Amino acid sequence: MNEMTTIARTTTLKDWETDQEVRWCPGCGDYAILKAVQRTLPDIGAVPENTVFISGIGCSSRFPYYVESYGFHTIHGRAPAFATGLKLANPDLDVWIITGDGDGLSIGGNHTMHVIRRNLDCQIMLFNNEIYGLTKGQYSPTSRVGTNSPSTPFGSIDRPAQPCAFALGAGARFVARGFDVSKELPNVLKAAHAHKGAAFIEIFQNCIVYNKDVFEDFAAPKGAEDRQLWLKHGEPMLFAKGTRGITLDHAALTLKVVDVVDGDWQAAGVIVHDVTNRSVAHMLVEMRFGEFPMALGVLYDDPRPTFEADVWRQNEAAAAGKTADLQGLLKKGQTWTVKEGGPDL
Amino acid sequence: MATAVADEAAAPESSLSDAVVVRFAGDSGDGMQLTGGQFTLSTALAGNDLATFPDFPAEIRAPQGTLFGVSAFQINFGSSEITTAGDAPDVLVAMNPAALKTNVPQLKPGGLIIADEGEFNDRNLAKAKYDANPLEDGSLAKWQLLKLNISQATMDAVKPFGLGNKEALRCKNMWTLGLALWMFDRDRQPLIEWLKAKFAKDPNLADANIAALNAGHAFGETAELSGPLKQHHVAPAPVAPGLYRTLTGAEAIALGLVAGAQLARLPMFFGGYPITPASAILHHLSRLKEYDVTTFQAEDEIAAICSAIGASYGGSLGVTSSSGPGIALKGEAMGLAIMTELPLVIVNSQRGGPSTGLPTKTEQSDLYQAVYGRNGDAPMPVIAARSPGDAFECAIEACRIATQYMTPVMLLTDGYIANAAEPWKVPDLTAYEAFPVEFLTEVPEGGFKPYGRDEKLARPWVKPGTPGLLHRIGGIEKEVDTGHLNYQPANHQAMTDLRKAKIDGVKVPDQIVELGAEGGKLAVVGWGSTYGPIHQAVRRKRAEGADVSHIHIRHIWPLPANLGALLKSYDRVIVPEMNTGQLKTVLRDQYLVDAKPVNKVSGQPFRIAEIEAAIEEALG
Repeated sequence: MNEMTTIARTTTLKDWETDQEVRWCPGCGDYAILKAVQRTLPDIGAVPENTVFISGIGCSSRFPYYVESYGFHTIHGRAPAFATGLKLANPDLDVWIITGDGDGLSIGGNHTMHVIRRNLDCQIMLFNNEIYGLTKGQYSPTSRVGTNSPSTPFGSIDRPAQPCAFALGAGARFVARGFDVSKELPNVLKAAHAHKGAAFIEIFQNCIVYNKDVFEDFAAPKGAEDRQLWLKHGEPMLFAKGTRGITLDHAALTLKVVDVVDGDWQAAGVIVHDVTNRSVAHMLVEMRFGEFPMALGVLYDDPRPTFEADVWRQNEAAAAGKTADLQGLLKKGQTWTVKEGGPDL
Repeated sequence: MATAVADEAAAPESSLSDAVVVRFAGDSGDGMQLTGGQFTLSTALAGNDLATFPDFPAEIRAPQGTLFGVSAFQINFGSSEITTAGDAPDVLVAMNPAALKTNVPQLKPGGLIIADEGEFNDRNLAKAKYDANPLEDGSLAKWQLLKLNISQATMDAVKPFGLGNKEALRCKNMWTLGLALWMFDRDRQPLIEWLKAKFAKDPNLADANIAALNAGHAFGETAELSGPLKQHHVAPAPVAPGLYRTLTGAEAIALGLVAGAQLARLPMFFGGYPITPASAILHHLSRLKEYDVTTFQAEDEIAAICSAIGASYGGSLGVTSSSGPGIALKGEAMGLAIMTELPLVIVNSQRGGPSTGLPTKTEQSDLYQAVYGRNGDAPMPVIAARSPGDAFECAIEACRIATQYMTPVMLLTDGYIANAAEPWKVPDLTAYEAFPVEFLTEVPEGGFKPYGRDEKLARPWVKPGTPGLLHRIGGIEKEVDTGHLNYQPANHQAMTDLRKAKIDGVKVPDQIVELGAEGGKLAVVGWGSTYGPIHQAVRRKRAEGADVSHIHIRHIWPLPANLGALLKSYDRVIVPEMNTGQLKTVLRDQYLVDAKPVNKVSGQPFRIAEIEAAIEEALG
């Protein structure tokens, strides 16, 4: 591994701003996410030169230009593959992948699946605005059925992908959700960063031009208490100011919403959130908003050894005790010597 | 071809005393590639020069006995320089009717057929679509025919080892090899050692195979007096003194890439995705961990190249490899490597196309793809290897250009080079000049410019993790010097011009004439694996007094600076290629020379005679 002399030093939000003019539409949710990241980085003790933002293509993928660190704006859908090569070359780097619903789940769905299943140590921030913004508003793989767009003037027909269910299905060891203007977003990012391995974060992001306020039904400040379930490890799954909770319907083996009377959540059978419970995580990511509140925060967090650490370990084990004698390698196998006047066998 | 003591006046290849072409053909399950490989080794150990041509079907286990399931291995060996696998075999070993049917038409008139008559039963004859048994009906009269019941002889030889029927018959190829070793007066001992090592875990199986080998050899000894079977001794070839080994193109590329990374003083990262015939490079490299090599089998071709670019961004030498269809998928990422000016080596083991085409057959039809096949003005150096041994040198050259000029480089090889073996004089690595990479580690005088340039127009290479040099790169057009996003018309013109000037300025050696004079009546211009047949054809024609020269181009892009003047010094130029005329087009475009195409796209290499005919026609 490359030796990196990391001098502990404190940074401020300003240290993470570049001199480049930010070119998102005024009012875009991306601004809030950028600020949340720039606020988080000092708190987690990130070192600018050891931090790399890697993105694909799309509105969200302009992100690296605006963070004063190393950055690589790559090609559509492939950011995870670049990140994989980079982390294998230098595992000490702190790598953040920035992607969107089109970039990460449509053209790049394959790479998203594989970076997650391999468990590369990185943060994958998927900005989900349920639309193709940069190409002017076509429906995306997360758009709801019936979305009217230039390419679906009579409404979209195909059923949307669920990013967190996809991630969990791909073997994710960390799945979290947040939304652009949420004050909790930095805490979600911190938890993702603290997780060793591929940390998948779906961030609902408001595209004010092509898909305005599509998340308002749960993200609007008014009534948020009733519509958002913020999950905290070790705490009961309560919302609506503690008057409602999530419990297990033992007969149907599904989750259901229950009323909590006088704060007695135990009597109501409300589940205590255990971030390492994979079965419950599968149910949480499948909870349909409307019937249920939107599950937000860290849904699942149970680390496993990372891909790059295992690769380095195997490389080192395979190389142990061997010398890199290339001249010797060239001569390997059956050889023969030709002397002046003919071969000598 | 070995590092030969080239003697232009030497007798041509293929007179039986001097050079012999043997073709082993059988069912895909008969172990013909293994037989050929071991025969190659024994040939090399006997000091003959040699060239091989493995010719196998795309199916892993095609239905037994069928015509499309035939797998063949051809070897040409001799006591003078050998550069091709030979035009027509002198000896054909046919393990079943299908192998006979598909291969006998190429056999020289008067050549020897050794057929396993034990396999010429009604069922196999029907599968090979024979109405009558060709071993009995006189249809093979223009050749010498030796019918042997190899199946039965093998069963008898391995009987003491108590193998099942199927396992016993698997030893057939060793019986055949034993006979072939006797025919050409070869030492069995290295093979016996090899079998012992291969079957170390099952000594009984090793002994059975050795018994089959010995039985085949003994058969030759006792049968010598009767029939067409005779022992030949092919004298060792007069090659340059030194230490030799056999080498396939895939091995050569793997070793050359390791050597190139070492000369650049860089760790190597190889991102690959399985594809025929390129996978062997990934297989070889994945065993070389102690050479600071990391291999990564990616989820697809795109991820393979993207991971390699990511590793180059991180300060390793990124390498990826594929064949035509996979190279097509990598196109967009190559553009990014060109735009971000990161070093990268892309190996294309060409095969027959378009689309899936002929996965296991050779072709040279990706030259346009290599030189022109990207969106935008996306110039990239292209190098083509002519033989397995040359592939080692070309791989080093690709690493040098990639790291010195901060650019992706395409290395072209093909299925023929990848699979074929040749004797290789082991080079002395201390003779290679190192080209150590210097990363930029601190702000230079005048400030840090991510797209500033040195005298070669290369931009600085900065590893993430370097304090004080934070910057962002990407696929959007860069501002000159700063690398900031910039869509201005004048800037795009300037950057396009810079990218072109950088690649145009890559220093490549002047083009030499391989054989013949500089200037004259006719130049035969080739590239890649057509080297062997062109070289032999030109040599033969020159021996007859023809005014013809052989030029073989390694640097396809940029082309050598003297090439235009050189081509114009000949009255006529012909360009034999295993495509419909791709280098020909480039030469016409670059130099306005009236280069004439000579094309073959049958999935088989050129025969020497075909090039000779083209020379005769061009000379009129």
